[in-house]
Order: sequence, then structure tokens, then C-alpha cells
Amino acid sequence: MAISRRNFLKCAAFTAGGAVLADNPFVKATAAAAMKKEVKHVPSYCEMCFWRCGLIARVEDGRVVKLDGNPLHPQSRGRLCAKGNAGMGLLYDKDRLKTPLIRTGERGDGKYRKASWNEAYAYIAEKLNGVKKKYGPESVALFSHGSGGQYMGNFLEAFGSPNHSHPSYAQCVGAREVAFTLTYGQGPASTAERVDMANSRVIALFGSHLGENMHNSHNQDFVDGLGNGAKLIVVDPRYSTAAGKASIWLPIKPGTDLALILGWINIVIQEKWYDRDYLEKYATGFEQLKEAVKEYTPEWAARETDLPKGDIVEAIRELGRYKPNVVVHPGRHYSWYGDDTQRGRGLAILNALLGTWGRKGGLWLPPKVNLVKMKQTLKYPKPRRESLAFGDYPEAAGGITTEVRRATIDGSPYPIKAWFVIGTNLMKTLPAPEKTKEAVKNLDLLVNIDLMPTDMVMMSDVILPTTSYLERHDALAIVTQKNAGIAIRQPVVNPWKNVKPAWLIAKELCDKMGLGKYVAYNTLEEQMRQQAKLWKIDYNELVKTGYIPVADSYHPYITEKNQPEFATDSKKIELYSSTLDNDNMDPVPKFTRHKEPPAGTFRLIYGRSPVHTFSRTMNNKWLWQLKNENEVWLSATVARRLGIDNGEKVFLVNEKGVRSNVVKAKVTERIREDCVYVIHGFGSTSKRMTMTYGRGIDDTQMMSHYATDPISGTNGLRVNFVKIVKES
Amino acid sequence: MKRYAMVIDQSRCIGCMACISACVQENKVPFENFRTRVLEITKGKFPKLRTELRAELCNHCDNPPCVDACPTGASYKRDDGIVLIDRNKCVGCKACIAACPYDARYINEEYGYADKCTFCEHRLKKGLEPACVATCIGKSRVFGDLNDKGSEVSRMLAENESRVMDKAAGTRPRVHYINRYPTKR
Ligand code: SF4
Repeated sequence: MAISRRNFLKCAAFTAGGAVLADNPFVKATAAAAMKKEVKHVPSYCEMCFWRCGLIARVEDGRVVKLDGNPLHPQSRGRLCAKGNAGMGLLYDKDRLKTPLIRTGERGDGKYRKASWNEAYAYIAEKLNGVKKKYGPESVALFSHGSGGQYMGNFLEAFGSPNHSHPSYAQCVGAREVAFTLTYGQGPASTAERVDMANSRVIALFGSHLGENMHNSHNQDFVDGLGNGAKLIVVDPRYSTAAGKASIWLPIKPGTDLALILGWINIVIQEKWYDRDYLEKYATGFEQLKEAVKEYTPEWAARETDLPKGDIVEAIRELGRYKPNVVVHPGRHYSWYGDDTQRGRGLAILNALLGTWGRKGGLWLPPKVNLVKMKQTLKYPKPRRESLAFGDYPEAAGGITTEVRRATIDGSPYPIKAWFVIGTNLMKTLPAPEKTKEAVKNLDLLVNIDLMPTDMVMMSDVILPTTSYLERHDALAIVTQKNAGIAIRQPVVNPWKNVKPAWLIAKELCDKMGLGKYVAYNTLEEQMRQQAKLWKIDYNELVKTGYIPVADSYHPYITEKNQPEFATDSKKIELYSSTLDNDNMDPVPKFTRHKEPPAGTFRLIYGRSPVHTFSRTMNNKWLWQLKNENEVWLSATVARRLGIDNGEKVFLVNEKGVRSNVVKAKVTERIREDCVYVIHGFGSTSKRMTMTYGRGIDDTQMMSHYATDPISGTNGLRVNFVKIVKES
Repeated sequence: MKRYAMVIDQSRCIGCMACISACVQENKVPFENFRTRVLEITKGKFPKLRTELRAELCNHCDNPPCVDACPTGASYKRDDGIVLIDRNKCVGCKACIAACPYDARYINEEYGYADKCTFCEHRLKKGLEPACVATCIGKSRVFGDLNDKGSEVSRMLAENESRVMDKAAGTRPRVHYINRYPTKR
């Protein structure tokens, strides 16, 4: 413990038997506090993660001193999570990008020179014009995550390229959206998953580790549900925080979730737990489903999943008993094994059989809103070539990052020569990161727009520093909880001197490229005011309260008057999917076994810490102090066999020989013997991220393999096997 | 007179650490010091396991050993039950830190005084709840006045079996733990 001068004086004072008041900084601080501070409370919404909770910033003399949840906003309800509470750690991060940078050395060697915005734009414009001339405008691609993506997306379209992709699709939630759209004609989430956990009698989770995966109101609903007496069934190879609350924990063999789901579907049908009236009214394909799943007996499911048959049967009966006020959570991160659309179909079908869609405690119906977003006044040019970001996948419903990367490497169907990346650290997001590096080598231009010097940012030719969510406006947000509402993001403090919000960067780039006519406003706020007017909302009121509900939008449950609509071909819930049949895919999910870890290796699974969002928050000192390194979770039985003690230093080696950083082993009873687990997002390779550089295992680095879902084109990321090695 | 207390319903805690994060910001707790923490304790053998999530903070004991140990009278107990430190009297001798059985205190290195949870008494004055309570995602932490029989804390204690930490130490904590919805298995 360091002894400060004050400490020393204190000790001296103590021995002398008196207090040295004159030197007491607390007295000074109090005196300073007495001087009138300018205190403001400014509402906005959070983007420490993408739940986007309403917040109220307490600002003293132009500095954010506290962030609280906005009680009006239904996704915070007056509360913020650990990340939301630590927003100033991002705002005031000393490692933030402060000025535009242009590369001077080789790509990746970290040598940059400071540049003016004008210089940076000029550099970008010249390169873009070159790419356009030689390859066509479609050879420019955008990767985006978060609020800034929309403005850069507009820029991309104005420029004439359709190649916009998002890791949130292929590396996350894409397969779920496809699966539920095939079944119900829409996904199970609007901005937030429409899971009515607060009112559920029984909640079943497949790997959704609520508590560790911190989405604010979703967790509030979860706990409220448990508090209201809901029974909880958790399917997870790891004894997650949620599993710790479960009445039935099913420690499933990784990769066999679909076997359990199909087994459950079969039991529901055989034991007649399904909601017959509901199915008659709303669903089609029951007979075909019944026929297709009859081979999936409980005995079979028990064998495949390595779960006790009795537990499997008891769990589904529990759901059946309390239907329709139950829910099998649709989940969020879907990129597991490459047959994820079919797993999602299984979950969608199970919910349909139990009649949960539109039922209390099940999946609520989206609020009814008639809010048109302002149209682009001037039509964007039509690209000559189709987007290549959807690959050849019959039901791809979002830009697939790994398709754009592939095209960048092999040039087919046409070359991609420039990347814009905003708000996503692709090196920690896309599997097989060596391929990302390979693709980057082929680029004529790589631009990153970000706050922090992440791994991906440090590969750029040009780095454009942007504002945090606390320093900017963003287009008015439509919040769709059971009630709809409008939320505002506005600067709570002035932005850092030389950084710009994404909307301004996109606008200025358009101007520079002679595309200024596509941007119809001078400031985004101008457009926000127009939008508010169009929606008949008092903008000034919104500025003050942060959130305004949309009247009469609450229609969560099916009633005689409130009937659900299904935008499928049959206008019904499709238990049997004719679309998939046409695609030559299984119209009812079938189970195929996945490769199992060869002897001496473990399947690498990964998850979240409640105090971190992907790899975005690891350098935030207030979150860093809560979790600054991950550890490898390893079964105690295996650890004994390998002679690894709890806390001992270990590293992982994957099948391609890729070696991870060294971390501590967490030897625990809380995980099966056939897998190891790490929290995602650690192991930054960027030296400029001074808090987090080199700390922890980067799970993405260990994902040399990935599977591809033939229906949605999304990735399967849980297909890598690793050895665990002691450091010494 | 108020009799402040906190009741923590462990069945509603999801270990998300929002409380810690809010506390750090609200109270300008120095880097890598904490006034509250959340422990995760798992017992049993795979697959028969049980996890306890336990938020800990200063217990604002009715029989506070830190106050007894303080040589300058800096640590004191208010009539409403809150145990506080008078920073002007504190000389940073750490006697209180040694005396506290709950590891609730730290030395503010910059200014040299002992510090700890105050139940956010500066917020109570304004009619606000402690920051950790206000932000608790699971509504696991509840704060209130035990002299008010209708308060939520009073009801929670009346209706549930409760515990305090290390009862045998005789400190008589004002932080109580309940498990309203114990899980089976
Ligand atoms: S869940 Fe947390 S990080 Fe995400 S938006 Fe809400 S407060 Fe912010």
C-alpha cells in the first residue's frame, strides 16, 4: 500500500495527538463543493450495449458524474446495469481516439500520423474514386454495428454499393430471425425479445445465460417472473447463473440441443400436451410434423443429449401442464453449430405447440404502431450489380460479414476493394481471424470509424475518431416493448474537441464525394425535429423527458379483437415449412450429429460477463476493475486427471495449432467434462488499449473453424476443439 | 426516529454487479476499492449443484466493533442506525479495518481516511434510495425504515425467515438476508 503524503501527515498527527486540519483536503473539497456548481439532468439513451436503455445523466460543470436509469423508459425502468452505470469510463477513457489518423507504416504495424479531417476525407475520396473507376462502386463494403451504421449505410447507398453487412446477423441473431420468420412470418424480437417472462408460469432457457448476459429490462422481467413463482428449466452444458436459479438444470451434451427439442416436440404430440384449439385456428402442418418427429423418442433423446430420460420428460411435462402461459425462450446469440436455423425452427415449433405466441407468459405480440420513418427524399442510385453479402443462401435475411470477407479474398462474384468499418471490432467478431487479415491485404482502402483503438481499428489506412453515445444526437428511436414509445439520444456533454458523430462524418464524406444532395439536413437535430413533427410528438417535451409513449399501442395478447397475423405463405404458423421444402431443405427439422471433440480435446464454448459487451468495454477502467481477464472454466474431474489446480496458469491450443494467451484455470463442478468455457471479448492485441492489451484469452482467435448454416448463411462458432496446456 | 435497514432477497440476485458499478460512481469510490461486492458460492458435485449469490456491504451494525476500535471517535453510529466516519477526525490508523469482521472498509489512499458504505445517506437526505438499491436489476436489494411497520423491509422480515452475516460475532447487523423463492433440487 502506497503511503501518500496525506497518509504520512495523518500518522504524524495521530502520534502527536492532534489533527492537521489546515492540510485536510476534505475540508478543501467541501469548500469547493459549496461554490455553486452548475448541475444538469439530461435524458438520453445508453449504448454501452445494444439494449439501449433510457438514462438520465447528472452533469456537473460540464462533466458527467452519474448515469441513472430513466424511470419513464420501459427498457431501464429507472435502473441501469453495471455497464450503463460505467458509461463515463468510455467517455473519459484516456485511450480514446482523439484525432483522425493516416497510416504511415505497413498495415498493422501501428504507425500513423495525425491528420486534419479534411486531409483524411481527401485521402478517402481519392482511394474511393480509384476503386469506383477500376472496379465499380459495388466494390466498396460497409461493416457496421450500432447507431452509427445507419448514416454510413446511407453514404454507402449514395455511393452506389449494396454491400452492407452486420456481425449481428451472421455471428449472432440471424438464424433466429430466419427461423421464426419461416414459422410465424416475423422474428420473436422487435428491439427486445418479446418474451413475457414476468408473467410466465414456466420458463425454459436454451443456453440463454440471463444474469451473465445483461440486457437490463429482460433481466428485470426474468427475475420478476421467478419472483412471481415461475419454474425455471435451464438447458446448458455449464451451470450458469441462470442454472443456479433453475428447478431443473439439464447439462446437455454440447451440439445436441436440437435432439432435445425434437424429443420434446414428440413428447408434446404423443402425450397431447399441445394446445389443440390454438393449433387448429392458427397453425398448419401438424400431421406432417407429427409424422416427421415420431422417431425422436425420449430414449433416443436421452442417448443423444446425455441427459437422464426422466429429467427430459419431467421438464417438458412441466411446460405442458402450464401451457400456454409458458415460454421456451427463443434465445439471442444463435451462431452455434451451423444448423442453427433448424434449431430455431425447433424452438419456434415448440412454442407454437404450447400456444405461447400472443399469450400471457409466452411471447407477446408487438405493439401496434404506425410510425413511418422519414423517407430519403432523393432516390439512391441503383447498383448495377446485386449485393454479394447474401451469398447463395436461400433464406439469407441480412448482410453476411463472412461472405463479404470471402469475396474480398477470392474476388467472386466481383472484387471488394474498400472496407468501411464502424462500431465493430471484426478481429474479435469474425471467426477465423487469419482470414480477416488475408482479406485486408487485398484492400485498396480500409477505414475504421470508432472511439477506441481496437485490434481492427489498428489495421486501418484511415482512422476517423467518433463520439460516444453521451456526446451526440442519433435519429429518434422507436422503442417496442409491450408499449411503443419514442426515445431521444442527445448530447449530455460537449463532444471531445476533434471527434465527430457518425452522422456528420457520413454527411461530410458525401459532400466530399459530390454526393451532398443525398443528405437533406445540415444537422441531424433538424431531421429529428421534422421526424417528431411527422409523428405528432412534442420534440421539446422529448428533450426534457427522454421518452414519450405512443398511445394505444399496447396489444400484447390474443383476444377476440386482437388477432395475430402471420406473414407466411399460408398466413398461418408453419409447423411444416413449405418454403424450406421449396428450398430443398428439411421442412421439419432433422437431427444430424455434430463432430465430437477428439480424445484429449474439449469443445470451446463461450459466453458473456454481465459487466462487458463483446470486446467493446474491456478498456473501460470502471468495468476493468470488475472483470479484467477471463479464465478457462474446466471440469474439476478433468482438472484432476490433467493435474491442473484451480488458479493455475494455462493456455489453449486449437486443432490448427493456434495458441492462446495464458490465463488462470477456473476448476469447477459447474461444467461438463467435454467442453471448456471462456468469456468472450478478451485478449486485445492493440497496444494502444492500455488497460486491456494482452489480457485474457481471445476466443475468436481460437475459432479457426466455423460452420455455415445452409439456410441463413450464418456462422456456427462452437465447432472448435482445444487442448488445455499448463504454462509451466 | 428512523431505523434504517437493508434486506437483500438473494433469490432475486443475478450477480450482475450493477450495484457495485452504481456505488463506485455515486460515491466516487477510488479505483479498485469497493464499498460493496457480490460473492458467488457454488456447492455440490456435478450435476447436483447450488449457487448462492451474496451481496455484501457494511452491515451498519447495532453493536459496531469499528466504532469501539476507533481511537479518535471518527467512526460513529447515528441515531437512525447508520455507521459513519467523520473524515475530519479520522487519522487513517486502520484500527477499524482490523476490527470489522466483514471487510467493509478501505483507506482512501488519496486523502488518507477510512471509508465505506454510508447507505448513501447523502441521497437519503434528498428522499432517494441508496444508489445500489435504486439500480438493482433484480430488485434484490430493498432499503427502508424498520420502525415503519408498513415498510417493505419490515414486511420482508416479518414474512420471511431471515439471516444476518456472522450472527455469532454479536455485531447485530442492519443488513438482512432472505431467500423468498428458494429453488428446488
Ligand atoms: S443493458 Fe446496460 S449497457 Fe445495455 S443499454 Fe441497458 S444500461 Fe446500457
